[in-house]
Amino acid sequence: MAEASFHIEVVTPERLIYSGDAVSVTAPGRLGYFGILANHLPMVVELGLGELTIKQTDGKTVQMALVGGFFEVSANKAIVLADGGELAAEIDLNRARAAADKARKALEDLENHSIDRELMRAALARAETRLKVAQDAGRA
Amino acid sequence: MALSLRAVRRKIRTSKNLQKIFSAMKMVAAARLRRVQERVTAGKPYALKMKQLVEAVGPFTIGVEHPLLTKRPTRENPCVVVIAGDKGLCGSFNNNALRKAHTFIDELGGKSVQLITIGKKAGIYFRKRGYRVVESFNQIGVNSPFSEVQKIADAMTEIYVSGKADEVWVGYTEFITTMRQKPHVVKFLPIEPPGQAAKIEISITGRPVTDKEYIFEPGAAELLKGLLPKFVRNQVYKFLLESMASEQGARMTAMSNATDSAGDLISDLTMVANKARQASITKELLEVVSGAEALAAEA
Repeated sequence: MAEASFHIEVVTPERLIYSGDAVSVTAPGRLGYFGILANHLPMVVELGLGELTIKQTDGKTVQMALVGGFFEVSANKAIVLADGGELAAEIDLNRARAAADKARKALEDLENHSIDRELMRAALARAETRLKVAQDAGRA
Repeated sequence: MALSLRAVRRKIRTSKNLQKIFSAMKMVAAARLRRVQERVTAGKPYALKMKQLVEAVGPFTIGVEHPLLTKRPTRENPCVVVIAGDKGLCGSFNNNALRKAHTFIDELGGKSVQLITIGKKAGIYFRKRGYRVVESFNQIGVNSPFSEVQKIADAMTEIYVSGKADEVWVGYTEFITTMRQKPHVVKFLPIEPPGQAAKIEISITGRPVTDKEYIFEPGAAELLKGLLPKFVRNQVYKFLLESMASEQGARMTAMSNATDSAGDLISDLTMVANKARQASITKELLEVVSGAEALAAEA
């Protein structure tokens, strides 16, 4: 018998990233990662930076990097409103590495707790997430 | 007296060159319009879900205080955001948008009103007339990334939250069709509490009665705090796209008209040129014939 599944859509202000049926989803909540199965109670969760993993009905998994947003599930439909996001397959490894290096270097140069430093730290976290997602998806 | 044949031919050549430019500009505008429309379509799911989400969370947040929701007792310091284009040659698009905003601003308090202008034309228009332009954004085009929109949205929120303005209005142009665009000025901040306008029963437990019982993580109030700025950003994005589509639509129509007028001009001028040519041939013939006759008479 087929496993219970639910529909999930991932959208950003600029485009629809993913739409399909999933068996399970793991998402980066702002207060920690959480998992969702079919027929979940209606729920709204604020998302943080991290990796979204979708286990599809065909057994394959899809990974993507997310930069904050909201997750809503109701009536067996999940919607991810992401501020930004990229599928693992779309991530530009060279760009992500370059961004990580640039941020790391800038962090070394900036000593104090300036706003720039916080911005750089966020940039580094974003770049590292992208790299990690790409790695998890088997692209090194 | 009619123009000389050479002058007319030169005019025809100029008109033909202009016609080529107009039709090229028309095609560029058409391509840009298509791109804006693609972005509108691509952004629709997000905008729709965002609205649904705000409406779903809204009923649970009655009584929640949020700086973007609080109405100020005074309306002394309004701020108007005017969206127009960077360039001209788009028919009456800039003029209509600016005139609409101008009238509105004068009713609101004239030169004391703080203005944020988007697009070079808007900045120039209001600066020249001595209005209080506090901030300007230029070069927002069809290819601008979402982060640019974010900057504008942040500036708009900042001026309200910091207390420099008690109300924020937005003047933008609604895209109806390529031929029709309509300028509007709408209230932007404070936000009308989303989803709270509807009548909602409150159960004895103090929670609203809806068909969906949501689990919120973090709590509804906390969620709303994160949700509202994004809602605002998305609204701004919508206004900008709407105005961009209008601008390109207006330019397309204007350039299409210009191409047609150039075509009319060319055919009129060709007629004049042909008549002039015919006249000069007739004149020469007459001269030859009368010369020959004069010779024959002498002989």
